[in-house]
Amino acid sequence: MILPLRLESVVYAAGGRAIIDGITLEIGAGPSTVILGANGAGKSVLMRLMHGLLAPTSGRISWRAPGAQAMVFQRPIMLRRSAFANVVYAVRLAKRQEPEKLAMDSLKEVGLEHLAHRPARVLSGGEQQRLALARAWALHPEVLFLDEPTASLDPAATREIETIIKAFDASGTKIVMATHNLGQARRLGDEVIYLHRGRVAERAPAEKFFAQPATAEAAAFIKGELPWT
Amino acid sequence: MLAALVDGLRRVVELDRELWHIVFLSLQVSLSAVLLATLLGLPLGALLAVARFPGRRTVIVVLNALMGLPPVVVGLLVYLLLSRAGPLGELGLLFSPGAMVIAQTILILPIIAALARQALADAWREYEEQLRSLGAHGMNAALTLLWDTRFSLVTAVLAGLGRASAEVGAVMIVGGNIDGVTRVMTTAIALETSKGDLPLALGLGVVLIAIVLALNAAAQLVRDAALRRFG
Repeated sequence: MILPLRLESVVYAAGGRAIIDGITLEIGAGPSTVILGANGAGKSVLMRLMHGLLAPTSGRISWRAPGAQAMVFQRPIMLRRSAFANVVYAVRLAKRQEPEKLAMDSLKEVGLEHLAHRPARVLSGGEQQRLALARAWALHPEVLFLDEPTASLDPAATREIETIIKAFDASGTKIVMATHNLGQARRLGDEVIYLHRGRVAERAPAEKFFAQPATAEAAAFIKGELPWT
Repeated sequence: MLAALVDGLRRVVELDRELWHIVFLSLQVSLSAVLLATLLGLPLGALLAVARFPGRRTVIVVLNALMGLPPVVVGLLVYLLLSRAGPLGELGLLFSPGAMVIAQTILILPIIAALARQALADAWREYEEQLRSLGAHGMNAALTLLWDTRFSLVTAVLAGLGRASAEVGAVMIVGGNIDGVTRVMTTAIALETSKGDLPLALGLGVVLIAIVLALNAAAQLVRDAALRRFG
């Protein structure tokens, strides 16, 4: 078991500005976690720190044990090869058995098996994001990070993506998702971490967070106001 | 001038044996140099695009500057290396097609490596996070990047081919323009012009331009078709 993930006094600074300004946090297995916050609150950077793509300027980030984790980005990057080959590529890197079979099963899981042999880069935005989820599915991650996975998609594609995310959740993968979409946070989040200016302003079960936010910033964000003006 | 051009083209069409030997040798030398420079230049470009090490920026500046290497200087350096008293003199390569391939490879290696590095660095900005997230590092990531940008890299290789097939200075010095042995199109054109055989010079010029055009057009077609297919 890879979780819990611990962050201790994590700071990430770039260009003399602290984007993440001292976060201490523990993310355990179980219910899905949604990281909410306005643009520029530091959601994407926090996700990248947790996933290991960025190293903290100071502080410590540690997993209980090494294990499989995956990340789906706002804009998926596909290799210039077929959808199927893209998934196989990821499985081979993870050194898992029977990459072809795993890849096909994952494509079926996201409903893309009919497009398996199409070049990945000519698929639509929604199909590419589903392919990114298939690529993650094939890795059987214990934790799946999602950074605004539907921010550039239309409502129909967004619904499809959310259905797949729920399937991940049901299969036992821990979901950690950053979003600024309140509807999505309500639909997918069991608990909410509200980020404000690089700090955790509030952490609460989703129901409680939306009904009675404890901080003024979170309340303003939920009401659709801009807390920094 | 027109009469000379017509006469030259007539000799080309009549498949003048001497002339076609020159054309064939030119292609052999330049394509060999392009092949060698590609094999060395693409991995070098990928390394400079992906790896981070001290002195990397200096290497890139030097590499970019070397794109403008004067062919005669390269010719002179290779001449000194291969001449009987030089460090590689025992190979006996001077005034052979092999020497010409070496000189042209040195000449175009920086062009292919520098242009490839630029294309690969742009692609790396797009791919880096995704590849690192999937666990591709170092050589593995560089190879994935090379394969995925293969259509853009055609341009870098073509630039190298253009330079190799058009240059006179390096092949003249290390090859010696020996009739039937090391005479290629560009050195023949220079010689025939100075001798006054303008028809042959013009005929060769037309063939040279036609070959370069045909190779570029073919590469462009392949690249466009592949990009349409793979996105």
